[in-house]
Amino acid sequence: MIAVIDYGVGNLFSLQSSLSAVGAESIITSRVEKIRGADKILLPGVGAFEDARRKLSLSGLDRVIVEEVKAGKPILGICLGMQMLFECSHEYGRHEGLGLLTGEVVGMENRLPDSLMIPHIGWNSLSVKKAHPIFKYTKDGDFVYFVHSFYAEGCEDSLLATTDYGREITAAVAKDNITGMQFHPEKSGEVGLNILRAFAEWSYTK
Amino acid sequence: MITKRIIPCLDVKNGRVVKGVNFLGLADVSSPVSLAKHYSDSGADELVFYDITASAEGRALFTDILTEVARQIFIPLTVGGGINTLEDFDRVLKCGADKVSVNSGAIRNPALVGEAAKRYGDQCVVISADIKRVNGEFRVFAKGGREDTGMEALSWIKHCVDSGAGEVVVNSIDTDGVKGGFDIELLKRVRELVRVPVIASGGAGTVGHFVDLFSQIPEIDAGLAASVFHFGEIEIRDLKEELRRHNIPVRL
Repeated sequence: MIAVIDYGVGNLFSLQSSLSAVGAESIITSRVEKIRGADKILLPGVGAFEDARRKLSLSGLDRVIVEEVKAGKPILGICLGMQMLFECSHEYGRHEGLGLLTGEVVGMENRLPDSLMIPHIGWNSLSVKKAHPIFKYTKDGDFVYFVHSFYAEGCEDSLLATTDYGREITAAVAKDNITGMQFHPEKSGEVGLNILRAFAEWSYTK
Repeated sequence: MITKRIIPCLDVKNGRVVKGVNFLGLADVSSPVSLAKHYSDSGADELVFYDITASAEGRALFTDILTEVARQIFIPLTVGGGINTLEDFDRVLKCGADKVSVNSGAIRNPALVGEAAKRYGDQCVVISADIKRVNGEFRVFAKGGREDTGMEALSWIKHCVDSGAGEVVVNSIDTDGVKGGFDIELLKRVRELVRVPVIASGGAGTVGHFVDLFSQIPEIDAGLAASVFHFGEIEIRDLKEELRRHNIPVRL
């Protein structure tokens, strides 16, 4: 059972539909006992970092997630949900993340050639850096769908894949039981469904 | 490298796709779900659903359809038509839309774009503008292109992007339906004006028109069309292969 964390940001309908499509059992929940009882955690998120981070701490779910992940429960963060795994974000000020991974989130503004649009919206290809169970079915060069204006830096120890958008942009991270995708697997066709399938099938041992 | 997006647009009225077509092996060509699946399987990068119903029943039917599409299709979905309030944003986002396209609703209430961007994020708000040349200037038209608002189009688009629109769909009324190619002059002007993705719409008749679009304006992000795809005049896979032959990056 995958607990999809519901903390009032983003639309979880497509996410749950995509999990059903790969035969994964999931529950959209904000209840502590459901999260503690689940095999895996999926942390979604769209919108602004500060707002999402505040909602997560107001509900007290941030502490629960950190405890469960430190105890070895696999987690997949998607988009803003991945960005929150890091130490901090510089989106409109400096905001603390969950601190589960080393690295910080920075803006594309002033870091990209002027000819490139912000947000980075569309299908871009993955450059896979290492092997990991969550990329069991994923190949170098596979296309996935991105929508973001901020990205993670200084995360070399967890870097799983990058994409080329004027510079190398962190596309996916994985370290031990912690994984994150900057792109949207639930909107990336077959390639994305296969990543969710691999996450559902993954059995992590510490 | 980021790829150029090819986006079919489906007009939906009373739960059925208007201008349906005969695709090989597709039994129900006016079913939004089967048509969406067909496009997704043929390599469409995104789908736009445009609600052209006016009645409340039609609107309810549209959200049912949208829910069913989102349950089965795993590529980005943009929804437009009848978006006038934040409640309308909420209604379609809950049914699985990823982005919401506003047109007349933003003209009637210029604060809508900013409010929606604040609540749902810039990436969620698409400003769609119907534009026509009148007395030597580009004008914004409302009500499906029937009504001249008197507003100058480029400053209108700039205003919407500054308010938080994360993407712009430029629909040229002058080239729409003529199938003589995209409105390169207008699209270039918009492209130079803003730094968010720009989607070209209106005028696609042949594969060559898409090649022209992306060759003449390399920074344009996507091409949108309806009837050439619905009538099977252009197959998305053939189109993408041709673009690739011209060294235009596509997802194949």
